[in-house]
Amino acid sequence: MTSARVLARTQRTHKPTKKRWPLILAFLAPALSIYLLFVVYPIVQGMHFSVYDWNGLKALDDFVGLDNFRQAFADPTFTGAIRHNVVILVLSLVVQLPFALALAVLLNQRLRGRAFMRMMFFAPYVLSEVVTAVVWRQIMRPSGFLDHIMSGVGAQGLTQEWLANPRIVLYSLFFVITWKYFGLHMIIMLAGLQGIPHELKEAAAIDGATWGQTFRRVTLPLLGPTIRVSVFLSIIGSLQLFDLVWVLTKGGPVNASNTMATYMYDWGFRKLQIGYASAISVIVFGISLIVALAYQRWVLRRDIQGALTTMGA
Amino acid sequence: MTAQTHTKRRAHGTAGYNEISSRTTRMLLYFVAFMVLALILIPLGFAVLGGFRSMGQLSESPVSLPNPWVFTNYADVLTLGTFWRQLFNSTAIAVLTTAIVIPVASLAAFVIARFSFRGREAVYTLFTMGLLFPVAVAIVPLFIVVRQLNLTDSFFGVALPQVAFALPLSIVIMRPFLRSIPAELEEAAAIDGCSPFRFYRSVIIPLSRPVLSTVAVLTIVTSWNAFLLPLVVMSDSNNWTLPIGVTNFSTQYTTDTARVLAFTTLSMIPALLFYLIAERQIVSGLSSGAVKG
Repeated sequence: MTSARVLARTQRTHKPTKKRWPLILAFLAPALSIYLLFVVYPIVQGMHFSVYDWNGLKALDDFVGLDNFRQAFADPTFTGAIRHNVVILVLSLVVQLPFALALAVLLNQRLRGRAFMRMMFFAPYVLSEVVTAVVWRQIMRPSGFLDHIMSGVGAQGLTQEWLANPRIVLYSLFFVITWKYFGLHMIIMLAGLQGIPHELKEAAAIDGATWGQTFRRVTLPLLGPTIRVSVFLSIIGSLQLFDLVWVLTKGGPVNASNTMATYMYDWGFRKLQIGYASAISVIVFGISLIVALAYQRWVLRRDIQGALTTMGA
Repeated sequence: MTAQTHTKRRAHGTAGYNEISSRTTRMLLYFVAFMVLALILIPLGFAVLGGFRSMGQLSESPVSLPNPWVFTNYADVLTLGTFWRQLFNSTAIAVLTTAIVIPVASLAAFVIARFSFRGREAVYTLFTMGLLFPVAVAIVPLFIVVRQLNLTDSFFGVALPQVAFALPLSIVIMRPFLRSIPAELEEAAAIDGCSPFRFYRSVIIPLSRPVLSTVAVLTIVTSWNAFLLPLVVMSDSNNWTLPIGVTNFSTQYTTDTARVLAFTTLSMIPALLFYLIAERQIVSGLSSGAVKG
């Protein structure tokens, strides 16, 4: 209530008089110019390069139309990379997010040492992708730490070439991704859980609802907006995965763990086909944009409206 | 706030509505928490302890405690000029990025939050769109732009694009905070003849210290961990940052795993220390940014 009044008053004091414009522009100028130069302009340039055959050095004059795009979709390595992104995405949604939610619920209990647990569970998110990947590569190498542990508990029959077997590598990768990122989703959901008014759960308990019923009928629906944000971040993250994969496997063995971004890097910076790599980045950009807009349109809309009306509270 | 809810719950007598109360379930919860804790700590412990092993120990018994403890790996890395240079480069780039993000993002957020002007929502949407696109998507043309500006192999070549990609989240986090600062302050300042810039500098900035420190911390962490951008911008190995150094070291010494682990461990210590100090800002920044969308 008060915030709405403050807001109304703020707007009243700042009627867009002519005198204000130079000020507004001056304040926006640094941010806008840096943003336009290093985010918007490269994206536009990328679209431009994507219709040329260009190595990044010679003159940009070999116009090829949509050939780069045709070539990309005809390349099984690229379509394979898309498929890997989708596999990671689906696994993230059905395994990683429920896992993160479970841990958020756990940390929302009155447990001894939960501040410490929260801190530790979130720590991997703060580590760099590179450190994470280098450490896990050592753990997962043949007859490395993981295999030693498995033999130690009598599971030597289950040891694998975790990163060298094309049929396993994607799942090993997903495991490391989960290890690294579940903490982010966990704290997001924990914040959501802590925002649910106790009165509602209290009322349910008074009506004789069990913990499970309360969770399913009260907590989960009220957590909806938070979960949707988490899902959104997870989708975008999965589509644009690069660092972890590159350091862990370089997309190998035999392209079995390529993602769209590693494929793009390979063509852009190792094969120096800037035109073709730009086409790939336009495709990734397009897919992300479509997914984001669709999600925004169909799923997030309500939440954002809610967020705007309660903003500043 | 946590303390408050605690007493409230306790005063209520039953733990029923929010707590999983049966004894066995609670034991189970501790067990699960313990397993997850182990899953996180064991790989880190493996890296730290691995640095104290000889190569022979590492391939024969990587699980037990090092016996005997080998200190040469860490000593070697610490006497290596490259480690310190990369530490310096990473720090310099993180500081530079943050020093630019804070004024630039807060000026923009200030105007977007507190002035109404035509196109305000469009500008805000333009910035929020950036949340969709981390550096990876635009890296190829971005590299060309950095090269056109003659910024390859310079700190600014990494820092400026990082500023650009940090603006969306920073503005999204700052806007609601700046908006909630009471208009009375501004009216009073205006009556006293205070210019908007002066108001921004002497009132808004000091009042926004919590949200500014959140943004600063997130920017530092992101910059510290960045891999792809410095990888393509810095071709001279004297300019490499720690993440590039770590990957390069690990491919250069593929056979000397113990030394790789020592290098990796030393490179994550600054980040972990920083996390210990700034955990609250990181957690609150990311969760409020996400929840407020």
